[in-house]
Amino acid sequence: MFFNRRSLLLFISFLSVLSFTHGLYFHIGETERKCFIEEIPDDTIVTGNYKLQLFDPRTGGFMPSSPGLGMHVEIRDPDDKPILSRVYSSEGRFTFTSHTPGEHVICLYSNSTKWFSGSQLRVHFDIQVGEHAIDYANVAQKEKLTELQLRVRQLLDQVDQIAKEQNYQRYREERFRQTSESTNQRVLWWSIGQVFILMIMGFWQMRHLKSFFEAKKLV
Amino acid sequence: MLNMEKRLVGLAFLLVWSAVINVTCGVELTFELPDNAKECFYEDIEKGTESSLEFQVVTGGHYDVDVILEGPSRQILYREIKQQYGQFQFTPEHSGTYQVCFSNEFSTFSHKLIYVDFQVGDEPQLPGVGEHFTAMTQMESSSQKIHEDLNSVIDYQTHHRLREAQGRKRAEDLNERVLFWAMGETLGILVIAVGQVMILKNFFADKKK
Repeated sequence: MFFNRRSLLLFISFLSVLSFTHGLYFHIGETERKCFIEEIPDDTIVTGNYKLQLFDPRTGGFMPSSPGLGMHVEIRDPDDKPILSRVYSSEGRFTFTSHTPGEHVICLYSNSTKWFSGSQLRVHFDIQVGEHAIDYANVAQKEKLTELQLRVRQLLDQVDQIAKEQNYQRYREERFRQTSESTNQRVLWWSIGQVFILMIMGFWQMRHLKSFFEAKKLV
Repeated sequence: MLNMEKRLVGLAFLLVWSAVINVTCGVELTFELPDNAKECFYEDIEKGTESSLEFQVVTGGHYDVDVILEGPSRQILYREIKQQYGQFQFTPEHSGTYQVCFSNEFSTFSHKLIYVDFQVGDEPQLPGVGEHFTAMTQMESSSQKIHEDLNSVIDYQTHHRLREAQGRKRAEDLNERVLFWAMGETLGILVIAVGQVMILKNFFADKKK
């Protein structure tokens, strides 16, 4: 082998750094809070991977790892009840399963104790919903499935997700219909009520003025 | 020692493979863009990786947002002003950091809910698929086809959900507004009726003096 061991080890350590960078990232202030909304059917798994990096003013870049920093992850369900509210380390993943269909809000902010905005933070974030959240390599290993069996399992999971989403769609459409019918009712009652109020007020006005003028002996 | 070096080369090969695989990823996000704000998302893309960007404004104001997609040397690849929905596919010619920015700076008080879908590379294959060098059997290729079709069904469902969410939120907004308007107008009528009578009585009271 013409590679000497040292250069090979260096190459491997470089590659291992490369393999663990997440995809999308964005910047937030240290005290800032960033929220994402996931509209999902019930009984759906959502997995989020994140990595937090602190701005390093000395190099002008971002420090590769900041062990002291933590990330507060808060997840609320459609009824605004917190499902998950924990502080994780600066790199990690969180998972939750929805029990009610609707809009779940996932909020991320660092557990920095500064009062006003400190330095910038770079947050690598990746979120996978439903069958995208399943790690098929893991499943294949645990249950010892052949390629075709794994593919069938994937298709089953996809179809399951489609069925759940269709069911959620039916629920949403029902809510939409109820809202429209409620608006219809409200407009109807309001217009009837308005006519009555106008008649009553007109009647009261005339009666009040008549008695006023009679008292003043002008009528 | 030769064995150890063989193992190291094997590990290096595996890491190169996983590094290549890890370059392919995609994320769908829905976030709220406050008024007068600009939000940017960054992604490091290798050259030659087919990527696509899709966005849709779900609720807020006139359902429009400004989008700019910039490459590593700040060149503008895609730009839309006040659009409700857009899709753009591109294959980057240079590796680097690509950024997509959404701007709501033209709006003074409506915050917008925006859905973004940023896909980089193809979907990661199932482990084991594509690793052997024989042609796929009929069963394997038809199951692959089914998988791709189901992917597009899920995609259509997402689009349907976004469109439906728009209509539904509008309807809920309208419902609330009708209630407030009805209550406000009733109050207004009562105040005006009583006020008219008071003022009229006032006119006549002065004359008597």
